[in-house]
Amino acid sequence: MVSEVQKNTSAILRVERLSMKFGGLIAINDLNFEAKRGAITALIGPNGAGKTTVFNCITGFYKPTEGMLTLTRQNGEEYLLERMADFVITKKAKVARTFQNIRLFSGLTVLENLLVAQHNPLMLSSGFTVLGLLGFPTYRKAAADAIEKARFWLEKINLVDRADDPAGDLPYGAQRRLEIARAMCTEPELLCLDEPAAGLNARESAELNKLLLDIRAETGTSILLIEHDMSVVMEISDHVVVLEYGTKISDGTPDMVKNDPKVIAAYLGVEDEEVVELIEQAEAAGVDDITAAVDLLSTEALHEIVEAHPEAEPVELIPAAAIAEVASSKARSARKPVAKKTQPTATAAAIKAGSTSNALAGPRGGKPDKLILIKGIGPVNERKLNEHGIFHFDQIAAWKKADVIAAETYLAFDGRIAREDWIAQAKKLAKESQVKPAPKKTGGAK
Amino acid sequence: MKPIVDIEPKESDSVFAKALKEGLIAGALALGLFCLIVGFRTDQNIRNELILTQRWGLLTIFVLVAAVARFVITYTAPWREERKKTKRVVEAKEPSAFRKSFPKIGLALLFVYPFLVITILALSQWYFTGQWSYQSGVQGSLKYVDNFGIQILIYVMLAWGLNIVVGLAGLLDLGYVAFYAVGAYSYALLSTHFGFSFWLLLPMAGIFAATWGVILGFPVLRLRGDYLAIVTLAFGEIIRLILINWTAVTKGTFGISGIAKATLFGIPFVPGPNGFAALLGLPNSGVYYKIFLYYLILLLALLTAWVTIRLRRMPIGRAWEALREDEIACRSLGINTTTTKLTAFATGAMFGGFAGSFFAARQGFVSPESFVFLESAIILAMVVLGGMGSLVGIAIAAAVMIGGTELLRELEFLKRVFGNDFTPELYRMLLFGLAMIVVMVWKPRGFVGSREPSAFLHKRKVVSGEFTKEGHG
Repeated sequence: MVSEVQKNTSAILRVERLSMKFGGLIAINDLNFEAKRGAITALIGPNGAGKTTVFNCITGFYKPTEGMLTLTRQNGEEYLLERMADFVITKKAKVARTFQNIRLFSGLTVLENLLVAQHNPLMLSSGFTVLGLLGFPTYRKAAADAIEKARFWLEKINLVDRADDPAGDLPYGAQRRLEIARAMCTEPELLCLDEPAAGLNARESAELNKLLLDIRAETGTSILLIEHDMSVVMEISDHVVVLEYGTKISDGTPDMVKNDPKVIAAYLGVEDEEVVELIEQAEAAGVDDITAAVDLLSTEALHEIVEAHPEAEPVELIPAAAIAEVASSKARSARKPVAKKTQPTATAAAIKAGSTSNALAGPRGGKPDKLILIKGIGPVNERKLNEHGIFHFDQIAAWKKADVIAAETYLAFDGRIAREDWIAQAKKLAKESQVKPAPKKTGGAK
Repeated sequence: MKPIVDIEPKESDSVFAKALKEGLIAGALALGLFCLIVGFRTDQNIRNELILTQRWGLLTIFVLVAAVARFVITYTAPWREERKKTKRVVEAKEPSAFRKSFPKIGLALLFVYPFLVITILALSQWYFTGQWSYQSGVQGSLKYVDNFGIQILIYVMLAWGLNIVVGLAGLLDLGYVAFYAVGAYSYALLSTHFGFSFWLLLPMAGIFAATWGVILGFPVLRLRGDYLAIVTLAFGEIIRLILINWTAVTKGTFGISGIAKATLFGIPFVPGPNGFAALLGLPNSGVYYKIFLYYLILLLALLTAWVTIRLRRMPIGRAWEALREDEIACRSLGINTTTTKLTAFATGAMFGGFAGSFFAARQGFVSPESFVFLESAIILAMVVLGGMGSLVGIAIAAAVMIGGTELLRELEFLKRVFGNDFTPELYRMLLFGLAMIVVMVWKPRGFVGSREPSAFLHKRKVVSGEFTKEGHG
């Protein structure tokens, strides 16, 4: 894939001197960037940085105050998007988009949603309704083809079984996938995704990564995405553009952007008080983020020690790198404490009381399995399980009835383990991890 | 858990007593309230003296109604509560065999309706007088074919036409009667001035109305919700005021009379040697024309239904429904919402125009009186009561509303209950209102709240009304 991107380096979308002002408010200020053909370009930045405004300018929902948006299609045709109406952009320039707050046709079925997306080709084949109304065979064939195409995308997003259900009845994650499939049914060359992973759990966002990579590999569609979930951004994007207050502050490969001090400052702020604030926010948000905050606090403390005793600590670079790590990867912040923090607590306090019979003092080989792969276990429960000496799939797989009761006691569950069948899931996962000892990368932790 | 189990039988025991008590209290309250208002009536006699009439019977009825209603409501409260719990299913139920075959049965009945009426009337005549006379059945059927059949079918067609705009595209149109007026006046003017035939003017009236639909559509493209409703309402009034004030052409409030009747492939429905009755060797009667008109409007209404059903499976129909659900998402998928809205307005208006020209041919007289706002409101009420988007539901609503009004004229026995000066027709708007409130409380999405999908992959499942939107404009 990388070779293909390098081979075909022409830009599909060129954004030049783009500015958007709402009255006195400058939402975007003189923005320049390029999206390469066949690449996944991510647009990131703190809340209110103007990412969605850029999207709305590209897809014609806003007319930019200044600037030029040039889209070059595969066949060499060039379109100036700022001069086109929103629906013409999708129709002629082949740019499709999704929305931050899902906008499905909730009263239409899943299949109908995908058929509406094929409106323009179907309209042509139905002779602008006249031929179709009279029952000409061309339209009947086109309609059958449209349903086949819809079926293809439904298989891709794993929703064939629910094709005849109303779209509003789908769970949130499925609605997100359906919106992407609907956009793909317009056969776009540039797919703009506005926070596709928002509100998805770890497994769903891993599936999303796979779907997006699949889309690019199979259709060659270039993807432009806004995302807050760094596990998505860092894993799949080839190119990252960082915005803050409407201006570009960084532009480059994910690794480059991740270590850019400007980006770190934009995301974390620089003052100590702000860090404290961040921790308070995290506490208010929930237990899940506390690990990240604690982690952040510890690196911050390290940083201070380094500054206080520069001669005592020769490794000054470590804290900075750690900050970058926290800043850029929410995923790792959840994963890291498992490896770094809970392990010592487990060894120090041995195993907590009320543990299951097959508890271990520490993970075998120092490397625990990713328990969150089991449906029903989230990062919080994974930590609780680790604290009680459960690190591997085979441990869960070997649970007896008493163990399940013990585990449910400390997880504060009521029959959920049996209902979600953790033991069978764990058995399957344990078998898989034995077959290929290095479990495939899922990016599941969030 | 346990205490609840203990209490339960006691509660169900006391429901009757509680209901009785509340019923008595309601009765007492009603007595206190209505005693002076209803129980006594003051009148002036011929010598300008005040006389007091006592109406104990009426007062008793009022009190009894209040007491009994309260009793029933309280007594059935637990049962209704229970039913509500068990009925909370989000997925729409699979329609029963009756509901599936209902459209077919209804259609067959509509086709034999005039003959059914004639036969029944002739049979009743034979039963009461012992004389078999088919002709008397034919004569008696006039009222049922004209007042019930044709009247209801005109409104069914209008409501189905409006359904395209309101039910499918989700654009609230309060001035639909304007297109009805355009159709009626097109036929009336062109036929009286130029002598064009009905069959030529029928499609022309549709085209004119569709043109006016587009003319209305353009300025209101950017409007939504209340604003759209107000502008369409104003449009309907503008058309009506033009008809009243442009006296040189429309003859104002006098209306246009003597409009030519429709013909059956050139055979006129007139008494005389060339008329329809004479050609078929039947005795002279006005009923044949009415029966002909009945089948004509039936076919026109079915055309509306057929086109609507076909259009829903076309990309344009799906775009209408998508527009109702989410306009911004539509545009993001490359759908030109401007033309989509305009086609919805034009298609809906066209059927209004057809119905209008039929109306003119049937009445033989048009005046602005027939195209007041109330008509728009009634047609919209049919669409809403029937369930937006559902053809069967709307047809039922139209039959109930128009048929109900006509039926009120027939209820002579009410005079015996409420006195001779009681005219039930005057209460029809009150009953309309009551019926609407009852239906909206009982079925907020109309008679048929669920929606049939236009395409399916495995199985056609109806979409529950919980998911569909009413549109935003």
